[in-house]
Amino acid sequence: MAKPENTDPAEWVDRYGDYLFRYAMLRLRDRAAAEDLVQETFLAALKDRGSFSGNSSESTWLVGILKHKIADHFRHQAREAPLEDEDLRDQPGSSPFDGSGHWTSGPTDWGGNPADLYREKKFLDQFTECLSRLSPNHANAFTLREIDGADTGEICKVLNVTETNLWVILHRARMQLRRCLETRWFGGKTGKEP
Amino acid sequence: MLSCKDVTRLISESMDHSLPLGKRVGVRFHLLICKFCARYERQLLLIRETVRRLVATEDGPGESHGESLSEEAKGRIRKSLATP
Repeated sequence: MAKPENTDPAEWVDRYGDYLFRYAMLRLRDRAAAEDLVQETFLAALKDRGSFSGNSSESTWLVGILKHKIADHFRHQAREAPLEDEDLRDQPGSSPFDGSGHWTSGPTDWGGNPADLYREKKFLDQFTECLSRLSPNHANAFTLREIDGADTGEICKVLNVTETNLWVILHRARMQLRRCLETRWFGGKTGKEP
Repeated sequence: MLSCKDVTRLISESMDHSLPLGKRVGVRFHLLICKFCARYERQLLLIRETVRRLVATEDGPGESHGESLSEEAKGRIRKSLATP
């Protein structure tokens, strides 16, 4: 069988541009950075066309390159803004617990059966907005863990943190994200009578 | 006894690795008697499940809510590919 060949690179932008951009946007939430990484992905692919084995589709091959670029981006951000004590502490005034560790304001009832949330365009917007409000370390840890499903050992290497610190970061990230979604999405709904 | 503050931390940790038996039992017992923490756990799991489905939809080939590359960016990238 002949060695599989790439399609004409001149067609890549039309074929895969939007797809790769969407993939990057979900993880970076930054238009300019996502555009840059898509461009870098195509350029790297062009330079290294021999690495396309044909075992997977061309789009899977390109996403594989993009994944590495995104991890590099997170690595770079972690170096620029290393973990600080603040990332691991309760934000003053924002803890939902009193001095003895009891809820001062517990989670509200989110009502009904919100299992189909992911279908709603506005939910994606609010989720993205809430994720953007976290510090970069928190947001990137959450992205790697929950969006990419990476295991914690892998994430520790990318973000250059210990596993114990990563658990704290993920805990803070989930707590803040939950609260943000409660305020921005569920808040308006639970107040209403059915 | 574990406080609600401890339990929320352990609920999150249990989503990343399996807890030692003693802690696991402590958390389960607490969740039986604490409505808020039980709700907290349900909501974190709902967020996890929703994110997974969202990602499957967005990364998938079909319909997506996500945005597209601007024409300007497409032009710029096409140019860079033509003159690497």
